[in-house]
Amino acid sequence: MNDQAFDSERVSGIIAELKTKPGALLPILHAIQDALGYVPQGSVPLIAHELNLSRAEVHGVISFYHYFRSTPPGRHTVYICRAEACQAMGSEALEAYAKSSLGIDYHENTPDGAITLEPVYCLGNCACSPSIMVDKKVHGRVSPERFDDIMDSTRSAP
Amino acid sequence: MIKIFVPRDSSAIGLGAEEVALAIQAEAKKRQVAIELIRNGSRGLYWLEPLVEVATPEGRIAFGPVTIADVPGLFDAGFQKGGVHPLALGLTEEIPYLKRQERLTFARVGITDPVSLEDYLAHDGYRGLKRALTMAPAAIVEEVADSGLRGRGGAAFPTGIKWRTVLNTSSAQKYIVCNADEGDSGTFSDRMIMEGDPFVLVEGMTIAGLAVGATEGFIYLRCEYPDAEVALNAAIDSATAQGYLGGDILGSGKAFRLEVRLGAGAYVCGEETSLLESLEGKRGLVRFKPPLPAIEGLFGQPTVINNVISLASVPIILDKGAAFYKDYGMGRSRGTLPIQLAGNLKQPGLVERAFGVTLREILYDYGGGSKSGRPIKAVQVGGPLGAYLPESQFDTPLDYEAFAALWAVLGHGGVVAFDESVDMSKMARYGMEFCAIESCGKCTPCRIGSTRGVEIIDKIRAGEEAERQVALLRDLSDTMLASSLCALGGMTPYPVLSALNHFPEDFGVTSAQ
Ligand SMILES: Cc1cc2nc3c(=O)[nH]c(=O)nc-3n(C[C@H](O)[C@H](O)[C@H](O)COP(=O)(O)O)c2cc1C
Ligand code: SF4
Ligand code: FES
Repeated sequence: MNDQAFDSERVSGIIAELKTKPGALLPILHAIQDALGYVPQGSVPLIAHELNLSRAEVHGVISFYHYFRSTPPGRHTVYICRAEACQAMGSEALEAYAKSSLGIDYHENTPDGAITLEPVYCLGNCACSPSIMVDKKVHGRVSPERFDDIMDSTRSAP
Repeated sequence: MIKIFVPRDSSAIGLGAEEVALAIQAEAKKRQVAIELIRNGSRGLYWLEPLVEVATPEGRIAFGPVTIADVPGLFDAGFQKGGVHPLALGLTEEIPYLKRQERLTFARVGITDPVSLEDYLAHDGYRGLKRALTMAPAAIVEEVADSGLRGRGGAAFPTGIKWRTVLNTSSAQKYIVCNADEGDSGTFSDRMIMEGDPFVLVEGMTIAGLAVGATEGFIYLRCEYPDAEVALNAAIDSATAQGYLGGDILGSGKAFRLEVRLGAGAYVCGEETSLLESLEGKRGLVRFKPPLPAIEGLFGQPTVINNVISLASVPIILDKGAAFYKDYGMGRSRGTLPIQLAGNLKQPGLVERAFGVTLREILYDYGGGSKSGRPIKAVQVGGPLGAYLPESQFDTPLDYEAFAALWAVLGHGGVVAFDESVDMSKMARYGMEFCAIESCGKCTPCRIGSTRGVEIIDKIRAGEEAERQVALLRDLSDTMLASSLCALGGMTPYPVLSALNHFPEDFGVTSAQ
């Protein structure tokens, strides 16, 4: 995917603020993703330069961690738990339902740009399976009907 | 003023606790009832969440599960004074699930306001630290060693021995690292502590710092737990403001500072050396051992790395003494284990019991049997690297050695139940798939082996020369067991082979070849 224009001033500000922390790279990547929704390819040389790392090293870290993304997500990210406790309560059917009702696969955005779908491996909500997380909020005992309700309110949220 | 409790626990919120709290506040205002709304942790009775409690002179009374639609009716019934209502559950502490527990580490969870230092102090908080401040470092270490506490993160290594190594390794800078990566499916006890009683973890880490001479600590928290991050930071801020953290802890001249760092969705970063790499800002590649982290850990310095529950159990050990803690348990498994009941169960939740309780008691007396009403076919204990146990093994006591004798593990104490609709060859396939997704890639048996494992199980499931493929799967598992660098590759054969051995019919083979 082509790189997008991104707010390089904001990225530089984040790097300047955090770079003196020991082990600063992950805090910087988190802060960039919190601010922009993803870590733009174009921010890699800026980070590499300020932390005295090679671009390959920075890129290697971004791609190692499932959570960091290099492309812009939709307005909201929906994570569906695929792990065992949720499987025991029917998460496979929920995954299939989510994909078909949203019309997308994992790591894709809906065409209206509202929702990105991601797999996740346990949300610590295993006593209330099956679980999903929308942005930073967990939802438990998610039936297909509840999934539809949650998606409706998610789409209408800013 | 009537005190009403609605949990701020993220699982309770995931079932509508936030909306219920707002509705109670609005309804109270409308009816001009003066209430004080407290956002507590969860009691861990998750099938009853959102569980609302009301303080009465006789004790706290519980109502649940409460939806916003129930709120006006609760007020009509005078629930705020303990009135009769179909959702009433009586005195919370008398609910058998809770009453029959031995809550040491979880003593305050669900009872207090998690982010109130005042409340923490009023419920025996910081008594352990105050005692530790009167002791020599070596005496603190010996207290923990004598308690018999073993690491609750999975490997069950004696905590006191680890601390002794760090104490005896001299260095200008040492670190305390808390492993709050809690990646195992079916586990949520770390989350409940961090959201429901964050001060107990802060206190445990501070005591660890005093014990080994470390002045800095990091909590490596998985990023899937944003509410825990908020609660931890609130606790750290008020502990610092009140002199329980910082440059001069309670006027002792001793320093300890604490910072929360976030992971980024990599299961392998729960492995201690991978976690340290990640904290240093690198890819989470597992390190070769030796050197042990206790000798060369974070940034090359001596480092204590412990699980959340291990560290959160330290304050009560220091407060009540090693003998008190050690008195619980069986054999070489001392103290209590916060057991997490999940999957297909009527009553999933948190059960803290002394070691020695059987799996059957946990599944039926607490869990209430399967939620679907169909027989429980298999139980995975100890997360994605733990073995599946069939019904014939349910009488096993929860004890590290008893589980090891069955070629199973207790791990972090997660228990996930499956009813008879489960296809165990599919679970075995998932075990290999998970390993392939999460492998750090440093060694071949894990990186390549897990992908091969998925292919082989696919063939078995398709009925292609099942017996020959089963033999291949066993060979591959032997290789992974024997020559993986860490337990991700080295223990993935536990769920895979236990599924095959106990349920060969699900693999289309007659007996366990
Ligand atoms: C793949 C893998 C994942 C692990 N994940 C965790 C985890 O999420 N939390 C944890 O406390 N320990 C985890 N461990 C165990 C740690 O390596 C280590 O034993 C533990 O942090 C030590 O703390 P303890 O002695 O207090 O248990 C994991 C181990 C492996 C091999
Ligand atoms: S077993 Fe897997 S996760 Fe562990 S070091 Fe080897 S490749 Fe990495
Ligand atoms: S397994 Fe899905 S939330 Fe834990």
